[in-house]
Formats: sequence, C-alpha cells, structure tokens
Amino acid sequence: MKKWSALSLDIVLLAALALAPLYLSAYHLSLLGRFLALAVLSLGISVIWGWGGILSLGQGVFWGLGAYVLAMHLKLTGLAPGDLPDFMMWSGLDHLPAWWKIFEHPAVAIAGVVVIPTIAGGLLAWLVFNRRVSGVYFSLLTQALALAFSTLLISQQAYTGGFNGLTDFSTILGHPMIDPGFQRNIYWITLGVLVLASIACRWLTHTAFGRVLVAIRDGESRVRFLGYHPAAYKTIAFAFGAMLAGISGALYVVHVGVISPAMVGVIPSIEMVIAVAVGGRSSLTGVVLGTLLVNFGKDWISSAMPEMWQLAMGALFILVVTALPQGLAGIPGLVEKLVLWSKGKREAKMADQPAIALVEKD
Amino acid sequence: MGTPLLSVENVTVSFNGFNALDGMSLHLMPTSIRVLIGPNGAGKSTLLDTIIGHVRPSAGRVVFKGHEITRMDEYKIVRRGICRKFQAPGILDNLTVAENLNLAARRHRECWRSFSVGLNKEVRAQVERVLTLVGLNDRKHALAGQLSHGQKQWLEIGMVVASDAELLLLDEPAAGMSHDESAQTAALIRELAKQHSLLVIDHDMAFVDQLDAPVSVMHMGRMLREGTLEEIRNDPQIAAVYLGRVKEVSVA
Ligand SMILES: Nc1ncnc2c1ncn2[C@@H]1O[C@H](COP(=O)(O)OP(=O)(O)O)[C@@H](O)[C@H]1O
Ligand SMILES: [Mg+2]
Repeated sequence: MKKWSALSLDIVLLAALALAPLYLSAYHLSLLGRFLALAVLSLGISVIWGWGGILSLGQGVFWGLGAYVLAMHLKLTGLAPGDLPDFMMWSGLDHLPAWWKIFEHPAVAIAGVVVIPTIAGGLLAWLVFNRRVSGVYFSLLTQALALAFSTLLISQQAYTGGFNGLTDFSTILGHPMIDPGFQRNIYWITLGVLVLASIACRWLTHTAFGRVLVAIRDGESRVRFLGYHPAAYKTIAFAFGAMLAGISGALYVVHVGVISPAMVGVIPSIEMVIAVAVGGRSSLTGVVLGTLLVNFGKDWISSAMPEMWQLAMGALFILVVTALPQGLAGIPGLVEKLVLWSKGKREAKMADQPAIALVEKD
Repeated sequence: MGTPLLSVENVTVSFNGFNALDGMSLHLMPTSIRVLIGPNGAGKSTLLDTIIGHVRPSAGRVVFKGHEITRMDEYKIVRRGICRKFQAPGILDNLTVAENLNLAARRHRECWRSFSVGLNKEVRAQVERVLTLVGLNDRKHALAGQLSHGQKQWLEIGMVVASDAELLLLDEPAAGMSHDESAQTAALIRELAKQHSLLVIDHDMAFVDQLDAPVSVMHMGRMLREGTLEEIRNDPQIAAVYLGRVKEVSVA
C-alpha cells in the first residue's frame, strides 16, 4: 500500500516536471531548471545524512569543485587560441597554468566534474572516519572546510577569478548558451540527470550496502562487532554524496552562467542542508520537493523583501526541526496518525515505526 | 589435549595507570564452555574487550587459531571468527528481529561486496535456523526495540550465533532474566557448545550451575583459580574474596 502511494507520488512529480516547459514561462522554467540541478545535490545529502546519519555542513565544497571545473572549461572554450582568460591577464599571468589547460577538452572537463569531487570527498571521509571522528565534530570540520575553500578561492585571484569568480561564458559544446532552444535542452538534460541520480540513490539504499549504512547510523559499534568496517561504508556513502554534489554544481553553472566563492561557502552549505531537512532527509522524493519549495520560496521572498530571506530560512529550519522532524515526507504519516487518533485508535503503533521504511520485510 | 582455540597470555591492560587486567591468562579448547566469574570490577568485561580488539593491552598476547590477534582491528578479529554479546543489549532497535539477524548472518561483510539487493539462500537458511534456536520465530517481524528484556538478550545471542563465529563471548547473557528464562538460556548455551566455544561471564550461581562447565575465577585483573563449580565453592580463599558477596548479588 505505502509503496504504491509513494510510487504514484513519484510518477505525478515526474510528469509535472516533464510537462513544465508547456505551462511555465521561460523565466520560471529557468528557475525550475536550476533548482532541479540543486536537487541532485540534495539526493546526495539525503543518502549521507538520512541513511548514513552523517551531517555535512560543507557540501558547498564538493558542489563548488564540480562547478569550478565546468566553469574553467566554459571559460576556455570561449577564448581565441593563445588567449588568456581576462582575470588572468589583469593579474599579470602570462601563460595558462597546466591544471587549467587540461579542462579545455570537454571529455576531461566532464570526467573532472564527476571524479574530482568524488575523490576529494572520499579521501576526506576515509581519513576522518578511520580516526573515528563523527557526529558534531564531523559537522564542524566540514563547515571549517567550506570556510577555508571559499577563502582560498578568493585569495587565489589570478587562478580562480577571486571574489568575482568565473563568468561570461558564451558557448557550451559549440552551442551558444543564451539561445532559448538551448535553455530548453539544458532543462531536459538536468531533469534526465536528476532522474538517473534518483534511480541510483533508490538502488543504493535498497542494497545490502544501504541496510548496513542505516545500521551503522543506529549502532555503529554493534555493526563493527559484527565484522563490518563502518569507516569503509561511510566513506563510500560520502564519496557518492560528493559526486552528486559535483554534478549538481556543474549543472548549476550551465543554468546561471556564473560561479563565485560566495556560492560555495558556509551559508550556501547550510542552506543546502536546510532544504533537505525541510523535504525530509530520509525521503528521496521529499528532498527533491523540499529543494524546489525552499528555493522557489527563497526566490520569492528575496525579491519581495530581500533582507528577510536569512531570517525566514532560520525560522523555517527551527520549525522543521521542532515540529516536523521528518520534513514534508513526514506529513502523510502525521495525517494518518491524526485520522487514526480521531477514530479513537490511540494505541495505533504509528510512533514506533522506523524512521525509514527502506528495509523490506525479509 | 590438543591446541587451544584461544590463548590469552599474560595480558595487562591499564587505564590511566590502573591495571584492569594484570597478567591475565586463559586457554580455551574448541567446542567447550568456560564460565568466567569474579566480583564486580575484577576485569571480566575488560578481558572480552581485549580479546575482541576493543582495548589494546600494554603487555601480553592473544592468540586465536594459531594466529596472534593482539593488536588487530575489531572488525578483522570478528571476521576471523570471534563474536561478542555485550553486557547491555547491543541490538538495533529500529530494525526487525529478522533484519538484525540478517545483518549478523551476511557472509560477505566487506564494503565492496555489499552492492547486491536481496539475501542469498544460505543467509536466509541461517536466519531461520537461528530464529528457531533462540525461540523468536513468532517475533520475526517485530521491531527489536519492542521485545521484552529477555527476548532482547536472546536476539543478541542469536546475532552472535548467526555470525557463524567459532568463539562466542557472552557477557552476562542471563542478566535481568526470570528464573525460567535463565534456565532456557543455560540450555541454549549447552546446545551451542556442540558447535562453538563459549566464554560466558555471569554472576548468578544458579545459572552457572546449570551450565555444568569449568569455572575460572578472576580477581583484581588476574586468574585466581580454575576448577569445577564444586571445587570453587569449597575453596576457602575464594569464599573469602568472592562467594560471600556473590550470594548477595544473586539474591537481589
Ligand atoms: N574504559 C575504561 N576506562 C577506565 N577504567 C575502566 C574502563 N573499563 C573498565 N575500567 C575499570 O576496570 C576495572 C574492571 O572493569 P570490568 O572489566 O568492567 O569489570 P567486570 O566486568 O569484571 O565487572 C574496573 O575497575 C573498571 O572501573
Ligand atoms: Mg562486566
């Protein structure tokens, strides 16, 4: 029963997204496209936080790595042969560094978008989880990393474009980026990537890996004493989340045409987590909805009352944490509970259901 | 007499200068039960911690099936065939009984071999066998957190058995159980000894009596005496350091 209603919600959501180009204005479609790109990141956070219990406040780093790698590629393809990006010339560089040049080739750039964040995330996780750093210490560590990352990007003006970041892209794979037809295509591509990412997450969480991950979240030492190596499982989960973050960052750059340190630092990293909390961190459909809702809300509030946005975000977070710990995904359960309660079936065992219904009977 | 399955040789463990284990030695044969008793703080739980790799000794060695395991990681020691039941039930409350057992029974625990959906036949069969063994067949789909205290203890014993370890370390398996439950647990342990070696810690002399196995007495981090329960009971020195106090404990 539950399974079917969840599946039909997925189908309705997918249909609504697939038909969006028919009923949304160009402006709103472009917003939706960039928010769908962010939803790819949210799926990754859902796996590492909802299933793995690992709260990262530094996903902006991996997202930013993917975004910057693609932005470097876009910057290079717009140049005449032998030219340097404008900010490099202003900074007095006289030749293109080799680690920039390699991303000129689109295949290298795309591979870099996927591989670099994955390796960075995997390496960090392996070092940290093998030292049994976890919980709030891990969250603080990742937050510090986000701060260091954005600071580094600002300070290396000659190589990163500094505070302004990378922008003024003209073409991607030979297509002019301002073309309206291109905008539509990029929407389809983003939706396709989101669907693939969400299938990958569903598969991963249904494998033995997913079950062990949940068990580690609920009782790491018990699982260790059954002969599992928790650090290995957590590392793979984290690297997977970092990979989705990188892909998301790259897609986002294609949508908005700019990447800067302000988009990858501490505040954006926290906003990413809030969107997931609002959607319900252990629901793969919930986090997509949460991401869309929070970001459309952000767009609306910050154009109406720009100074209110951070306040609203904070209030929303407090509300979700205190009143709706399972986010939007918790609402059906809550409604069901209310209905049962009003029928007088107080002893219904709703409260005792596991937070995640991923583990099938047997 | 053959070679021991497990040898603990002169192990010393200190916490901030205090020796919780102080030259402790113990040898266990395959398919046997050994009961470990001793007053609170004698170092029994610390001995299990040391065997399983949770605590690193400052001196001495632990040898299992002819291989030294003294400073290995916990999960590697477990994969070699030692599994432990904790003093406080260490089950996963949010998983069902069957899921807890599935987790314990999986043969391949390496991360890279975990990307498959569903359970293989041997694991299923193993889980069914263990469910019957520990008498939790009708609670199979209940959440572990909803079991009674005694059932939780059995589930954890079941997990240890399902892991297919040769050596099972049971820390106070009958603690908090009713008289009947504890008799059932003793019968279960005797049954398990047909295929496994068990090192069982307990306080309750009535329970120990039912295990009908050699007893080792620990005191202040080392072995005080080994013998049958009868011999231990009649030893005046042990009565002095220990048995008098145990009576109070087991009555309570
Ligand atoms: N992690 C630890 N840190 C400090 N002292 C400990 C620790 N674990 C055990 N001890 C001490 O070691 C002694 C033996 O403890 P334990 O092995 O739990 O005894 P038992 O299980 O025989 O009751 C006790 O005095 C206890 O306080
Ligand atoms: Mg103890």
